[in-house]
Amino acid sequence: MVTPKVQVENLRLSYGSKEVIHGISFDIEPNEILGIIGPAQSGKTSLLRCINRTMEFTAGTKMSGTIRVDGEDTAKMRDVYGLRRRIGMVAPLPVGLPLSIYDNVAFAPRAAGMNNKSELSALVEKCLRQAALWDEVKDRLDSLGTKLSGGQQQRLTIARALSHSPEILCLDEFSIAIDPVTTMRIEDVLKELKKDMTIILVTNLVQQARRLAARTMFMWNGEIIELGPTEQLFGDNPKDKRTHDYVNGIFG
Amino acid sequence: MTMHAQIQPAPQFGETPFTRKKRRNEKIAQGIFAVMVACIVIPLFLIVGYLIKEGVSLISWEFLTTNPTGGMRKGGIWSALLGTFWLVGTSLCISAPIGVLAAVYLNEYAKDNWFNRVVNLAVVNLAGVPSIVHALFGLGAFVLFAGMGRSIIAASLTLAIMTMPVIIASTKEALAAVPRQFREACWNVGATKWQTIWRIVLPNSISGILTGVILQVSRTAGETAPIMFTGAVFYRKIEEGNLFAYGLGDQCMALSMHLFTVTTQVTNAPHALPFAIATVLLAFVLLVNLTAILFRSWLRSRKKW
Repeated sequence: MVTPKVQVENLRLSYGSKEVIHGISFDIEPNEILGIIGPAQSGKTSLLRCINRTMEFTAGTKMSGTIRVDGEDTAKMRDVYGLRRRIGMVAPLPVGLPLSIYDNVAFAPRAAGMNNKSELSALVEKCLRQAALWDEVKDRLDSLGTKLSGGQQQRLTIARALSHSPEILCLDEFSIAIDPVTTMRIEDVLKELKKDMTIILVTNLVQQARRLAARTMFMWNGEIIELGPTEQLFGDNPKDKRTHDYVNGIFG
Repeated sequence: MTMHAQIQPAPQFGETPFTRKKRRNEKIAQGIFAVMVACIVIPLFLIVGYLIKEGVSLISWEFLTTNPTGGMRKGGIWSALLGTFWLVGTSLCISAPIGVLAAVYLNEYAKDNWFNRVVNLAVVNLAGVPSIVHALFGLGAFVLFAGMGRSIIAASLTLAIMTMPVIIASTKEALAAVPRQFREACWNVGATKWQTIWRIVLPNSISGILTGVILQVSRTAGETAPIMFTGAVFYRKIEEGNLFAYGLGDQCMALSMHLFTVTTQVTNAPHALPFAIATVLLAFVLLVNLTAILFRSWLRSRKKW
């Protein structure tokens, strides 16, 4: 049996006295795209931040349970920066760092100690191509990342997430700032990337999960309502009626 | 029908009592704000204008570069000018780095617990302590206890203690103004806190940090109380034209102190002398500020968001 890429075991998370994730457990297989759907406040983003341990930067949070990446307990990893480099993270709203486009993408490799100019340039080009942004910016790599349009900045964010060659790519509603055509181009890229990495796709567009994910997880109020093959969740007979209502837009 | 004439609607974009009221309120608000600005600007111009008018007759290159003579009634203000220069420079060299780095720690590294809240409270409170209290502390700690005696270094340290809390507070504000998403984006790609601070946070807050430091230059140059007990003297003659005529262990004259002395202690001083000193002090502060403001606007022109 293959070791799951990510194993989440009885994860609980509270902000102050309010528990937002109530003991969830699931596995993510290597090279799969796992879709995570669910309404706001259901703990999707918090879950991603627990996986790459940036939750530690938020004061007053308490986490229990274990998260293993390649069978290794993340809480016991001594090189937390190494862990974060293994996980690419794309936030819902684009954050172009106040640096040039080139420096935005080269930020992570440089932070990891990569200084060779030609290697960096090759990497920057590769990541920008993968994020479907290269053609639009190749003539102005020196201009500011923050001056790009919202959709371009979001693709820049994706390029940045790919720049440290992650094994796991977490996309947190990546498409809310991107037009449908570009979204499709990136979705095609994701299908390619699946060969090299495991992808966690948090999305509010349930059809996006249906298009891309082999398995989908429906979260609601910090619990997993249903996790199974995507077709089962989107079919006529999901295990839980709430899943059926949610994916068909008749929730509430 | 008569009914028809009565219910004819008002033109859609015409004036109604409500829009008239809105426009009147807008004018009143604007008027109040403009008057308040005038309340600040007019006295300022009157003060500066009066100082220059009364003092300009004395000001010359010679006035700036010769020592006071004749019981401070004649000659220039060289030793006081250079003294202020040294006091401001030395105290800034101490307070700016320590203050800025402490603020970086408090804003970026310190966890939000009771101890750090107490530290923050202490900083804010220290910023409000009267300068004469700092003077007494400086006298006790630096002049007497540390055995520095009354000297430029003791006075500068006292001034530095006085300005540091304000620099910490203003630097913290500047750092907090850098959006948190920038930091999160850096952490997400595996950058350490220090890498994030050095490459993203500091470059984007430097102009705000500078503003805080600039304001303290003016304050340091103008304060009299903290240096009276710790290093400034009534009269001292130094080599003219030598910028390094003072050593750190020397006592010095200072413009603010000199102004006080000439106005209250020296009888029969020329009428224009205090005004001339005040004008030079103002010009000194303005010059330092101007340099810093130009530097800052150059930094801002490269600002990236």
